[in-house]
Amino acid sequence: MKPKLEVCGVSYSYHSLEGETLALCDISFTVDSGEFIAVVGPSGCGKSTLLSLLRGLIEPDEGEIFVDGAPRVKSSSDIGYMLQRDHLFEWRTILGNAQLGLEIQGKLNSTSTEKLRNMLNTYGLGSFQNARPSELSGGMRQRAALVRTLALEPDLLLLDEPFSALDYQTRLSVCDDISSIIKSTHKTAILITHDLSEAISVADRVIVLTSRPGRVKSITPISFGDIYKRPLERRNSPDFSYYFNKVWKELQIHD
Amino acid sequence: MIETHPTLAQQEFIAREMLHRRNVKILRTALLILLLALWELCARLGIINDFIFSSPSRIVICFVSMVKDGSIFLHTGITVMETLVSFALVVIVGVLTAILLWSSRSVSEVLEPYLVMLNSLPKSALAPILIVWLGNNIKTIIVAAISVAVFGCIMTLHTGFTQTDPDKIKLIYSLGGKKKDVLLKVLLPGSVPLLISNMKVNIGLCLVGVIIGEFLAANKGLGYLIIYGSQVFKMDLVVMSIVILCVVSAILYQGIAMLEKRIGK
Repeated sequence: MKPKLEVCGVSYSYHSLEGETLALCDISFTVDSGEFIAVVGPSGCGKSTLLSLLRGLIEPDEGEIFVDGAPRVKSSSDIGYMLQRDHLFEWRTILGNAQLGLEIQGKLNSTSTEKLRNMLNTYGLGSFQNARPSELSGGMRQRAALVRTLALEPDLLLLDEPFSALDYQTRLSVCDDISSIIKSTHKTAILITHDLSEAISVADRVIVLTSRPGRVKSITPISFGDIYKRPLERRNSPDFSYYFNKVWKELQIHD
Repeated sequence: MIETHPTLAQQEFIAREMLHRRNVKILRTALLILLLALWELCARLGIINDFIFSSPSRIVICFVSMVKDGSIFLHTGITVMETLVSFALVVIVGVLTAILLWSSRSVSEVLEPYLVMLNSLPKSALAPILIVWLGNNIKTIIVAAISVAVFGCIMTLHTGFTQTDPDKIKLIYSLGGKKKDVLLKVLLPGSVPLLISNMKVNIGLCLVGVIIGEFLAANKGLGYLIIYGSQVFKMDLVVMSIVILCVVSAILYQGIAMLEKRIGK
């Protein structure tokens, strides 16, 4: 079976009049369909750049990216991107915000709206469809942002620290919610985070990047067995601290 | 009794607040009446020459006579119409130009020094040229009014556009959108509050421009009445026109404020 995503020798530099900054250098990895990957690394190692490259918002200087074995298309709706903050528009209702992607893709019709309403109901936002974003709690806003992303039915989800703007308690429960939603719908996901416990609690594999320029330092498979499925359960697993220490050491060792 | 205690405090607070508001209203009105009375009194007692300084009663007489022959409606109507037309054109031209500047970095950088210069140029200096170019008519007045407001409008809106949160723009691109979607889904809806506050400034500036224009190139309108009145030494006419102008500008501003309230809901 073809991997869902294949990243081959990707490099990217930022240019300014003061000079050139190599952000990512020779990044290669593959992601299988249905896998949940977490990418961790020190701040400024180009994690967000990696997601922008994967989504096609910027083009790599070197290397190639394949989705389902074919070079990825720039503005396809197969890849969903969730940003750090929810960026719900205050001038739209929650339903209106969730429809944004469908509107842009020209896929807004009564069937897709009905689907969207069902999705909002499923994720506990049914009674807030006509509310303004400011009336919702941080966790609910992030769920609304997820619905906006999922509305386009992407196979591959890119999550750029989507929980980092939330307070710790909300963060744990929203992370639990959202990763369960993603797993139950069998999406492939790549989560960027600087929170090691978060990475270990959700991911099938953890990719550690070095500090700038970001290179792949290690890829650690995580396996807790079937009893510890949800992130909050995983955190209680006896193996949790083992993985934590292992990845922690990877992050600490300098080249 | 203990339970009603906070309610009592709340009632007292509200009563104090109401009293304060009423006092402000009363004092406002009293100040106006006092000044008008003083003015009238000074004129009647001959402390000031009412031929030069006019007086409230002379203004009212002048106003009533112009209401009777209907001419006041013509002049006020013309000024309001010119203001609204130039205001509408300023908003349209301002928004479109700001969009153009936003959509092309090169265009905005090339034009920036020219806009800054035109914005700080005293527009009344242009009026004589406009008369020569466009003639002694309403076109000159409207163009003069537009020139007063439009450059500031363009610059304010463009600055607002460029300060849009880059992550919101990234969101649109990540949903597969194009630059057009950024404009229609983020930039324009997000700039509505800015546009409204800009409109509040512009409606006043347009009125300034219209009056400048009417001073030089009109035979109708409040600006014309002021100039005509001062030339033939009918100071009642001049002062009355200024009073009407005050009322007109207040009404126009309130109109925009009401629009803001309706959109805010």
